[in-house]
Amino acid sequence: MEVTSITEGIIIDHVPAGTALKVLNYLNINPATTRLALIMNTTSHQFGSKDIIKIEGEQDIDLDVLGLVARQATVDVVHGGKIVEKLTPNLPEHVTNVISCVNPRCVTTIERGIKQRFHLVHSERKEYRCDYCDEEAKF
Amino acid sequence: MSSLSPSEDFIGKSVVTLDDLSTEQIELLLRKAQYIDANRKLVSHTCDGRVIATLFYEPSTRTRLSFETAMLRLGGRVIGFAGAQQSSVSKGESIADTLKTVANFADVVAIRHPKEGAALVASEAVDIPVINAGDGGHMHPTQTLADLCTLQSRFGRINDLTVGLCGDLTFGRTVHSLIETLCRFGNVNFVLISPDELKTPQYVIDRINATDNCTYVEVKDLVSVIGDLDVLYMTRVQQERFFNEDDYLRLRDTYILDEDKLRLAKKDMAVLHPLPRVNEIAVEVDHDPRAAYFEQVKNGMLMRMALECSVLGDELPGFDPEGIDAVNAKEVAA
Repeated sequence: MEVTSITEGIIIDHVPAGTALKVLNYLNINPATTRLALIMNTTSHQFGSKDIIKIEGEQDIDLDVLGLVARQATVDVVHGGKIVEKLTPNLPEHVTNVISCVNPRCVTTIERGIKQRFHLVHSERKEYRCDYCDEEAKF
Repeated sequence: MSSLSPSEDFIGKSVVTLDDLSTEQIELLLRKAQYIDANRKLVSHTCDGRVIATLFYEPSTRTRLSFETAMLRLGGRVIGFAGAQQSSVSKGESIADTLKTVANFADVVAIRHPKEGAALVASEAVDIPVINAGDGGHMHPTQTLADLCTLQSRFGRINDLTVGLCGDLTFGRTVHSLIETLCRFGNVNFVLISPDELKTPQYVIDRINATDNCTYVEVKDLVSVIGDLDVLYMTRVQQERFFNEDDYLRLRDTYILDEDKLRLAKKDMAVLHPLPRVNEIAVEVDHDPRAAYFEQVKNGMLMRMALECSVLGDELPGFDPEGIDAVNAKEVAA
């Protein structure tokens, strides 16, 4: 399968197979209004299969959010048709307003104007818990 | 790392969980509670002119009265509400707005709320200290302080103990909080006594495993281990936690502490219970000197007195904050 290369933008590679749309959603990138290419369930030497997202015209990407939903992903920054920088996502210590607490007893379900805040408790297990009620985050 | 002393670092501090306090600060509270108990008249004007607001969004008798009595016994005064219906909450006011209002009236707030994390929201809304008096099934730090104070008063220490915890170890927040806090002090053997349906959650077991000098065993039978225990912390086994009634009926009596079971225990074992009790401790046990659960209520008040004056920065007359802590003093004496 051949997809035209981008000249100015980013390539998010090694996205877990089948999750590209979810990753776009978390990154707040609307596929309906953005010039992008999705390659899903393609072969990966490292992981068996993977998704690739190529976005034309986008230079900034929230590496914290990417680390949260696709820790194994890599980001290539493309300038003038060439890869000029390679970035790896972070596993952030704190996450605000990216995911929501699923605990119905959590104060975030009733208090107005409150931020959804999570903190990393176990980096190997990629386990985040709600700052308020300590419920484990669900992605 | 703060360069402030445990006393100085207390001033203005909110206590949402016990993780907000260092072990030195918990030891300081234990010493203060002991001092307050022995010098009640001397400390009765420590918080003159102070006002505590007790904001109780759900019913509670023991905890609210304990917080309020604590302030009254220190010479301060009390405002507040008991039940959301009596407050502007019934008009839809947020927790943050209520706190911002009350902060204009009070010097310190104790809050109980059915939602988990409510005390953190409250503490972040205002600059005055906020003490968590229970936020749903999440945290109840002053209950654990009462438990620690009871161990301290019974044994003169809060480590080098075999602590049995019996009953509902899955949903009991007081049990998890006590285990986690005792792990911070170390040298505790935990005996976790529960049916399979109500075993200790993995994250609590992980906490024990992560502490070098703490160990645990999990058993189903109280009788077989009661003779080994220094402390027996009882909790209620609730019928609604079981998937079928047969299991509940089979297990229910296993976890009721009565005189027959108590005969097998050490003479100086202490029986604790966060209360309210339903039927898990027979009333006949109340007369046994090992019953410490009503003493826990007194200790809860003493620890709340210690906590309230500490966060307000009001020094107890005659108390030496730099004194040797009671835990170490006993160890040195031994």
